[in-house]
Amino acid sequence: MSNTLRKEINTGAEEHDGETENNVKKPKKPKKRLFSQKQKDMASGYLFISPFYLLFAVFGVFPILFSFYLAFFRWDGLGEMEFVGLNNFNIIFNDPLFWKSLYNTIIIGLMGTAPQLIAALLLAFALNSVLIKYKSVFRLAVFLPYVTSIVAVAIIFSVIFSNQESGLVNSFLGVFGIDPITWTRSEWGAKVAISAMIFWRWVGYNTIIYLAGMQAIPNDLYEAAKIDGATLRQQIWHITIPMLKPFIIFTVFTATIGALQIFAEPHIFQGRGGRPEGISIVLYLYREAFGSNFFGTASATAIVLFFIIIVFSAANLLLVNRIGRSGKVGEK
Amino acid sequence: MSSEKKKLRSAKLFIYTSLILVGLASLFPFYWMFVMATNPNNLINRNPPVMTPGTEMFSNFQKVLDSIPFFQAMLNSLIVTTSITFGVLILCSLAGFAFAKLHFPGRTILFVFILGTMMIPPQLGLIPTYFIITELGWLSDLRAVIVPGLMNAFGIFWMRQYISSSVPDELIEAARIDGCSNFRIYWNIIVPVILPAFATLGIIVFMAIWGDYLWPLVVLQDQSTHTIQVALRSLMDDRVRDYGMILSGTFWATVPLIVVFLLFNRLFIKSITDGAVKS
Repeated sequence: MSNTLRKEINTGAEEHDGETENNVKKPKKPKKRLFSQKQKDMASGYLFISPFYLLFAVFGVFPILFSFYLAFFRWDGLGEMEFVGLNNFNIIFNDPLFWKSLYNTIIIGLMGTAPQLIAALLLAFALNSVLIKYKSVFRLAVFLPYVTSIVAVAIIFSVIFSNQESGLVNSFLGVFGIDPITWTRSEWGAKVAISAMIFWRWVGYNTIIYLAGMQAIPNDLYEAAKIDGATLRQQIWHITIPMLKPFIIFTVFTATIGALQIFAEPHIFQGRGGRPEGISIVLYLYREAFGSNFFGTASATAIVLFFIIIVFSAANLLLVNRIGRSGKVGEK
Repeated sequence: MSSEKKKLRSAKLFIYTSLILVGLASLFPFYWMFVMATNPNNLINRNPPVMTPGTEMFSNFQKVLDSIPFFQAMLNSLIVTTSITFGVLILCSLAGFAFAKLHFPGRTILFVFILGTMMIPPQLGLIPTYFIITELGWLSDLRAVIVPGLMNAFGIFWMRQYISSSVPDELIEAARIDGCSNFRIYWNIIVPVILPAFATLGIIVFMAIWGDYLWPLVVLQDQSTHTIQVALRSLMDDRVRDYGMILSGTFWATVPLIVVFLLFNRLFIKSITDGAVKS
C-alpha cells in the first residue's frame, strides 16, 4: 500500500527533484491548474456523497411522500386509485383490531423491555464487580443470544411455548400441577411468550452496553466517595447511575423504537395472518397491505405508526431527562 | 474484620450464583435446540420431553432439505449480506471522507439531513417501495434487497466521525502538495487508516442484514430467492408441525454465525458496543 502511495507521489510531483521521502517540503507554488483545489473539492465532495442521495431519492423520499399520498386513496394495487379523503383513517380508527394491535404492541413492548433493561443493569453491576473472575466467559454467555437472528429466536421460543402438553413450558408447569396453556391462543400467554423472546435476545446486548458505560467511569470518583464515607448504595445512585445516563438514554430509545416495530415474533409465533392476542401494529399494516390488498388503509397505518414513534420518542426524552435530574448530586 | 470478610464472601457467592443461573438460562435454548434437532418426533412429543441429544441429527436435517432449499437460501443470504456490507463500507467511507475532510457548499446541511433520515421508521415507505420494486421488475430478485440496502445513513455518520478524528488534516495537505487527487487520497491515505472502522461497521451491517426479515419477506416471494430467514419461517407452515425438523433447520442456520462469533468474539462485542455507544 505504501509503495503505491510513494509511486503516486513520485509521478505526481514532477517539480520535486526526485527526493520525495519527506512530504513536508516547503510548498512550492503549484503550477497553474485547470481547476482550483476548491473546485476539485466541490466536485469530488458532491460525487462521493451522491450515491446516498440518489438511493434516498428513489427508496426514501419518494416512497415516504407517496405513503402520505396513498393514505388518502382507496387502492388495491392494480386498479384505479380512488380519492377517499380521510376515510382510510376512519376505517382503521373504527377497526377494533387496529386498537388491539396498538394495545398489544405497547403491552408487549413494556413487558419485553422494561424488566429486561433493569435486569441488564443488574447484570452489568454484577459483571463489573471486582469480586468476580471469568468475566469474559459470562459476558460471552449472555451475549450469545444476540447473535441468533430474530427469526431463529422466534422459532425456538415458538417450540418452547408450544400449545401441546409436552411443550417445554407446559410440561414444566405440569410438574406444579398447572394445566397446559394454549400459548398462541391465550390473551396473556401469547404476550408472555413474545415478551420472553425479546427479553432473551436483547438482555445480553444491553448488559454489554451498560458494562461498557460502567467501565468508562473513572475509579477516582468511587475512591473519593469512599473517603467521604459513601455506602455502596449511595455510590450506585449518585455516581454510577448519573454517569450511565447517556447509555441509559440510548438503550431506552432503541428498545422503545424497536418494540414499536415488532413484527417477526408475532408473525412467526401465531402464523402469517397473526391473531388478535399478539398482533402488532406492523403486522396489522403488513396484513392490510399484503394479506388483503388494502394499500390505502395500510399506508394510513404506516403514517399513524410514524406519529406514534415520534410521540414515544419525545415522551422518552422528557422522562429520561427527569430521571437524570433527580441524580443531580453525582453530576458534574 | 472477620464479619466483614464473611459479608464479602456471601456477596461473592450470591453474585456467582446469579451469574451462573443467568448464564445457564442464556445458553439453555441453544442446548435445547440441539436436543430437538437430534431427536425423533415420538421422543419430542413425549411428556416429560426428552432432555438429552438423540441420534436423528441427519434424518431431521434431511427432512429440512426435502422441505426448503436450505443451502440455496443460505447462499442467497450470503450474497445479499456480503454485497450490502461491502457496498456500504465503500459508499459510506467515501461519503464520510467527503463530509469530514472536503469543503463544499452545503456540507453541514447535507450532513444534518442524513442524520435526520435515521429518525424515519423503515415501515413508513414500505408499501410504495414495494411498488417501485415491482415497477423495476425486481420482485423475487435479490437486487430488491441489495440496492435499497446500500443506503445507510448510520454508516456515513460513523465513518465521518471516525475519519475526522483519526486522519490529521496535515496528512491530506501533504498529499495534495504532492499532487494526489481526492480519490487517491481516499484510497491511499484514508482507507489504510480506517480499516478498524471497516471492521466495526462491517460487523454491524452484516448482523443487521443477515437477520432482516420483513423486507425480504415482502419482495422475495419465489422460494428459490428466499433468504434463510424467510425460508426458516416456511418450516412452520405445515399443519402438523415436525419440531425435530423445524429446529434442525434453525440450528444449522444458526451454527455458522455462532462459530464466526466465537472466533472473533472480542472484535464482535467491541464493534457492537462501539456502534451503540459512540452514537
